[in-house]
Amino acid sequence: MSEYILEMNHITKEFSGVKALDDVNLKVKRGEVHALCGENGAGKSTLMNVLSGVYPYGSYTGDIVYKGEVGKFHKIKDSEAKGIVIIHQELALSPYLSVAENVFLGNEQCSGKGVIDWTQTRAKATEMLAKVGLEHEDVNVPVGTLGVGKQQLIEIAKAMAKDVELLILDEPTAALNDEESAKLLEIMLELKKHGVTMIIISHKLNEISYVADAITVIRDGHTIETLTKGVDDFSEDRIIKGMVGREMTNRYPIREGVTIGDTIFEVQNWNVYHPEDPNRQVLKDVNIKVRAGEVVGLAGLMGAGRTELAMSVFGKSYGQKISGTVKMNGREVDLKDVRTAIDNKLAYVSEDRKGNGLVLIDDIKRNMTMAALRNFFSKNGVVNANEEIVKAEEYKKLINVKANSIDQAVGSLSGGNQQKVVLAKWMLTQPDVLILDEPTRGIDVGAKYEIYCVINDLAKAGKAVIVISSEMPEIIGTCDRLYIINEGHIAGELGKEEMTQERIMGCIMADNRKGE
Amino acid sequence: MENKKVVNIDMRQYGMVLALIAVYIIFAVLTGGKNMSPANINNLIMQNGYIVILAVGMLLCVLTGNVDLGVGSVVATCGAVIGIGMVDYGWNMWIAIIAALIVGLLCGMFAGFFISKLGIPPFIVTLATMLMGRGLTYVLLQAQTKGPLPDNFVYIGAGFLPTIKIGAEGAQIDLVCLIVAAVVSVLIVLSELKSIATKKKYGFATNPVWQLIVKNAIILVIVWFFFYKLARYSGIPFVLVVMAALVGLYHFITTKTVAGRQVYALGGNAKAAKLSGINTERVFFWVYTNMGLLCAVAGIVLSARNASATPKAGDQFEMDAIASCYIGGAATSGGVGTIIGAVVGAFIMGILNNGMSLYGFSTDLQKIVKGAVLLGAVTVDLVSKRKK
Repeated sequence: MSEYILEMNHITKEFSGVKALDDVNLKVKRGEVHALCGENGAGKSTLMNVLSGVYPYGSYTGDIVYKGEVGKFHKIKDSEAKGIVIIHQELALSPYLSVAENVFLGNEQCSGKGVIDWTQTRAKATEMLAKVGLEHEDVNVPVGTLGVGKQQLIEIAKAMAKDVELLILDEPTAALNDEESAKLLEIMLELKKHGVTMIIISHKLNEISYVADAITVIRDGHTIETLTKGVDDFSEDRIIKGMVGREMTNRYPIREGVTIGDTIFEVQNWNVYHPEDPNRQVLKDVNIKVRAGEVVGLAGLMGAGRTELAMSVFGKSYGQKISGTVKMNGREVDLKDVRTAIDNKLAYVSEDRKGNGLVLIDDIKRNMTMAALRNFFSKNGVVNANEEIVKAEEYKKLINVKANSIDQAVGSLSGGNQQKVVLAKWMLTQPDVLILDEPTRGIDVGAKYEIYCVINDLAKAGKAVIVISSEMPEIIGTCDRLYIINEGHIAGELGKEEMTQERIMGCIMADNRKGE
Repeated sequence: MENKKVVNIDMRQYGMVLALIAVYIIFAVLTGGKNMSPANINNLIMQNGYIVILAVGMLLCVLTGNVDLGVGSVVATCGAVIGIGMVDYGWNMWIAIIAALIVGLLCGMFAGFFISKLGIPPFIVTLATMLMGRGLTYVLLQAQTKGPLPDNFVYIGAGFLPTIKIGAEGAQIDLVCLIVAAVVSVLIVLSELKSIATKKKYGFATNPVWQLIVKNAIILVIVWFFFYKLARYSGIPFVLVVMAALVGLYHFITTKTVAGRQVYALGGNAKAAKLSGINTERVFFWVYTNMGLLCAVAGIVLSARNASATPKAGDQFEMDAIASCYIGGAATSGGVGTIIGAVVGAFIMGILNNGMSLYGFSTDLQKIVKGAVLLGAVTVDLVSKRKK
């Protein structure tokens, strides 16, 4: 038997004349964790879709040799029958069905013809969950009540139930916090011991260098190189060099020529209760202040209350029984709804650009002007369409949105460009204070750099910027100062020189101990 | 200018208009030109006026991703108010009209309140108003037809603008129609020139000149054909004035105003709209209130045309209005659609009905064809989009 479980040779895939993949080669050894790296749009997902049969045999050229024979997959079921299972970024779980039902979704345990054997389903589901470290989970609860981390593991359990031999994970940790991510990586290493071969696609390079045995780098539809653990340099900088084709010595552009001014944004004694549970306090006596030209980070674990803080301040978009004061430029303001918040020059760029930020079916231009329409692009309620086009063109150029025209639908753009459109949307409201919630989530290294440049430009223009991020290096790299939020309150504050990942984690841990 | 930006006209934008012309020509051939007679052109407008009025309001509901099922019933209720007021109580025409408008407005606010303030799905709320409205109409009219309504009121639905007839006996032609056609033509050409000028001023891409000439020539031919036929009949029907004013107004609202843009944003992504400072509750409220008001207008026109109020009036109008929107390219998920599209959709349905009646199809058969056209139009639209 060949040492390779999978060989994809000279794969070329065209979309209406455009080559998404051009002579791509991928060789995966039996029992290894193989990482696939590349910027967004490099062709990683397309390659995996070719492998799993989403793009059927015949719609691409080149061949797939799987376990020594040429694979001709016409649909996903064909590849699954051979033990290839792909777990997509967007989880394919049905939230109101139980864990057990989800584990065997599409693969139901039947006694007779189409009659489900519930005893067997539950028993086997428990067995599968044990393999992914969820042995104590109740298989009868609806999946929707569990956290994203557990849901991700249930996806893997679902794959295990299909007797997976080759498991493909597309951005498995994108929605997970550090702790959950670490657990997932451990599970992966555990599965490896049991002989499961895995392909992982991820933007989190530290995770890749930790978990992978080999890395194949793809850029612009071409295979660039394959790095092997123990043979090649596996550092993040080395991988980035392969991905972008140049040395990225500094992932965070240096901010120069910024004068930090007076405090222009202040939140005092901020208390918020959960929107559905009036007895559950989500934020407790939070106090933060931000100066003009300053970039301030909000660090903390997922669920610590960072997004809740931002949204409750931004026109009371989250929570109930909100108390406390907000001061803009020293003056106390009542931001009773989003419109008032915008009028008071506060902007909030949501962490969920597709769900909360954009109208995907609409064009770039209208998305950009959506929030500023009333104040800056209309007179007596009538829209100035020409001015709208001029400004949209200007911002498209200014922050380098890669699109054919401003009339292109936002849904057809890559994640990085979508994020730029959302940023433009809020810059056009001419805010003094911007809250950026996970501004670089799920976007590639190049686009991240451009977003950081925009943050620097905003600071230079004297805006106060608040950055919420789960990636600690990002917070440390971009912020002048940071607040650590833990369990709904401020657990600490660090200046530029004090910021290290260790100190941030240390602060959270110390706070947790205090709470116990 | 070195890099003169030129783009071709997007034909898909005009697909429905071409379909409209095609359907019309097919029936012209089938009926031996009967559907092109001046009297029939006039009928087309008078028969479809209220559907166009309702389609305009319905489009806003469709843009939010919903529909209003109560439309036909509210039309009947408003008609009943007029019938009872004028026949039983001898109201002055204007009082009756105002009363109908108020009733329509209240019906709209009623639905709007439940939808926006209490968050009840519009489908359920308007299903309820459909049943309640119909029932209320029967109760008010005691299942009787009220009529006849006075002539000055009937004018709204069946009257014509003053005419100046010229030409020989037997081939008389209305000068007013021709003047209006001339004014409309000049306005079309001027607005096209203005649009080119603005595009040049801002350096936007322009269409090739020959394409613009062809496009405007087709529009002008349609305008002149239409008004010539009306001129040969009794002149401009009053309904056409009402219709044109409403279509113009709502086209303006949806394309040029902040309020219109908010409806599109809400339909495209309600959460994003809310976080962009759009009061989505208020948008829902005014969209459904507005629908109620337009139902009243349609109810006035319909009862005027029939010179009576009947409890069965407006039956299934909501379905025609909804179908018009979808045939006109609106998306069921919301956020996509235009007023002009809905109007074209309404006329496609109208021409089909009218043509099939002239050709001698039974109303039963007509329903089958209408259903098939709705399904076909939406299928073609969605499948062609998916391919792209």
